Amino acid sequence: MFTNASNFVQGVDFAFAVILGISIFFLVTLTATMIYFVIKYNRNKKVKAVQIKEHTWVEVTWIVIPLILVLYMFYIGWEGFIPMRQAPKDAMHVKAIGKMWKWTFEYEGNKQADTLVLPIGKAVKIDLVSTDVLHGFSVPAFRIKEDVVPVKKNYTWFIPGELGDFDLFCTVYCGLNHSSMLATIRVVSEEDFQKWIAKVPVKKAEANNLAFQAVEKNGCLACHSMNGTKLVGPTFKGLYGSKSNVLTNGAARQVTVDDAYIEKSIYEPNADVANGYPQGVMKSYKGIVQQKDLKLIQEYLKSLK
Amino acid sequence: MSSGTEKVEYVSYLDHQGKYKGILGWIFATDHKRIALLYMYSIAAFFFVGVILGLLMKIELAAPGQTIMKPQTYNGIFTVHGVIMIFMVVIPGLSAVFGNFFLPILIGAKDVSFPKLNRFSWWIFIVGSIMAVASQFLRSGPPDTGWTFYAPYSTTTGTSVILATSAAFVLGFSSILTGLNFIVTIHQLRAPGMKFFNMPLFPWALYATAWIQLLATPIVGITLVMLIAERLFGIGFFDPNLGGDPLLYQHLFWIYSHPAVYVMILPAMGVISEIIPTFTQRKIYGYKAIALSSLAIAGVGFLVWGHHMYTSGMSEQARWFFSLLTFVVAVPSAIKVFNWLATMYKGSIDLKPPFLYALSFIFLFIIGGTTGLLLGSVATNIQVHDTAFVVAHFHYIIFGGMGFAFFAAIHYWSPKIYGRMYDFKRANIAWGIIFVGFNMLYFPQFILGFQGMPRRYFDYLPQFQGGQLVSSIGGFILATGLFLMVRNLVLGARKGEIAPANPWNGSTLEWQIPSPPSLENFDEEPVIKQNPYDYE
Ligand SMILES: [Cu+2]
Ligand SMILES: [Cu+2]
Repeated sequence: MFTNASNFVQGVDFAFAVILGISIFFLVTLTATMIYFVIKYNRNKKVKAVQIKEHTWVEVTWIVIPLILVLYMFYIGWEGFIPMRQAPKDAMHVKAIGKMWKWTFEYEGNKQADTLVLPIGKAVKIDLVSTDVLHGFSVPAFRIKEDVVPVKKNYTWFIPGELGDFDLFCTVYCGLNHSSMLATIRVVSEEDFQKWIAKVPVKKAEANNLAFQAVEKNGCLACHSMNGTKLVGPTFKGLYGSKSNVLTNGAARQVTVDDAYIEKSIYEPNADVANGYPQGVMKSYKGIVQQKDLKLIQEYLKSLK
Repeated sequence: MSSGTEKVEYVSYLDHQGKYKGILGWIFATDHKRIALLYMYSIAAFFFVGVILGLLMKIELAAPGQTIMKPQTYNGIFTVHGVIMIFMVVIPGLSAVFGNFFLPILIGAKDVSFPKLNRFSWWIFIVGSIMAVASQFLRSGPPDTGWTFYAPYSTTTGTSVILATSAAFVLGFSSILTGLNFIVTIHQLRAPGMKFFNMPLFPWALYATAWIQLLATPIVGITLVMLIAERLFGIGFFDPNLGGDPLLYQHLFWIYSHPAVYVMILPAMGVISEIIPTFTQRKIYGYKAIALSSLAIAGVGFLVWGHHMYTSGMSEQARWFFSLLTFVVAVPSAIKVFNWLATMYKGSIDLKPPFLYALSFIFLFIIGGTTGLLLGSVATNIQVHDTAFVVAHFHYIIFGGMGFAFFAAIHYWSPKIYGRMYDFKRANIAWGIIFVGFNMLYFPQFILGFQGMPRRYFDYLPQFQGGQLVSSIGGFILATGLFLMVRNLVLGARKGEIAPANPWNGSTLEWQIPSPPSLENFDEEPVIKQNPYDYE
């Protein structure tokens, strides 16, 4: 009756079926009663209204029965949920990093991928990490959803039970491209998983490139490409030293992109907005990008000249 | 003056000539009835702005990918739609319009306790509304956070969040002052002989609502001020990068915004409790149960806010507690539904437009309420939280509930307000179109949400196309029905047949005075019945 896409489907769907069943029962009987009364006691029949005596037991009945039903519904909902917070100790760990507007998955051994590939039948605990604002980690087929909160730790876990591709959605509104913050979860056999993970390159220790790290860490690359592609904001390629047409307080002017301009664009992004790009999309990074990182970012942009 | 019997000549409040003339006679009016109409016209105007924004979203979502606007525009539109509809339409809606007009009349009073404060509340409401609308046109672009203004996105985005949150803050004051005014009015101005348990049920509902407005609104006010302080001065309340806690924002926000749901729905239930006895000619069944369940909902409703946060990373114990209480708060609502149905039993039912709207309120409210159980249960919440299912659920409650109750109320009371009657046939046709359009618009969203379609999505995967298209078509059917309904009501109010004082044979006090009422409502001392719904 229920799918086996994850170990939680049964608990959630059972609760869903029971609550939905009770709801439909009440909707149908109450609506039918209403329609029946409207026909039976219609004023067209010219029968005078009869004033009914009130009985306490009637009132008590329709307090007690709903109370028992809601407590039961609460209970099965709780039973279906609580396993979701009891991750087994030996579960495999994967870090899901949400960043405006992209998911990255980090496996043990510092291997990173854009698709979450998992072996079937094995418990996996996903540590949820956000580097900027709130995101939501939601896989409808698995019946899981947990918010990804910056700084605070949150997690979800499950045992995938069916091979195939499943959609992962970001469910907490996170700005411009919230609706394209999707990823695929691919459940494969243990054997295929081992083959796949072996091929995932270890993320190069970019320690030697501190400047790149600063750009990456602060999330600039979600909106600014390094290869000339126009994303949400202007590309970084060839930006430094170029002349840029901007709108300042609604007036068009030309500026040269230099250290001062980059600093202003990071701390007051809406003071000068490059032509052809929307107003208000970039947030101020004041207090987030520190002086040290700012220097590194300026340096990095210079290197992309 | 020559004779000893001094009888005040009847002049309706619409014709009454006060200190000011023309439009000023309205803007500076302190008569609760004129203020009520000021609220009604401004709220109707904002409602239609909100509807247009809603329709724009429906066009955008009719097909996947970009249809008529860019994502940034879409994000702005759903935020503004939410801010306008929540803070400027549904929260003030019933209590500021029908509460202002009928609360004093229903308890046999000449006006509210503080008429000037009442006028001031409307002025603040307009100032706040202008601020909210202005935030759309600032250079930095419309706010793009959703009406919930979740931190830390809201504390960092470059758009005009400050003006929008200040607007919500100012609107909150209007709400607090109206609540205060109603509480004092109910305590002080009931006609001689009217005890609390002789009051009709709409005043009872307004009383419970007013307490929520008075106690909960300051919390959201403080929260929004904290948000503004964080943006302006970098004080880290909510942004973890500044050492704040984003969950704190959510807690503070929902401590107000969940009870705010009852600010919308309790007066709606009050209106339905007025309409059902009239059109069945029956004494309402379970008067005390209905009256006290409003207080129960208001009380327990203060302790369930966490059901908006099951996935936020909150502790398991907290999820348990909030889920349990959320289920418990469903019971008083169920009690009301049973009592309404029992009132119809052996009545003499007259299926006039107000009653038609009241019945559809009950139907839509059951759907909205029971889908609320699926959201309140922790396991199933995981499946449907933050999806189109939630969007469908709260539109069934807010629009299907509060909205339909508003339509019921206006069809019920407009003969009293304007002294003229609208056309029944046209009203029924508009009702049919609205009912069909409404269900087409929102019902598919339950299914979409169950399948995993997240909310606040500009774009979507191809599997959601079918449901989205049906929903978009429903949106336009609904808008057509709304247009026909308003047209009929306006025509009725201006050129309709002269309405008698008591067209529906109602038993409450507003039907014992002329239509439209005179400036002071009661030119003679009203007679107070033991039970306001006595048809014997
Ligand atoms: Cu998102
Ligand atoms: Cu709530």
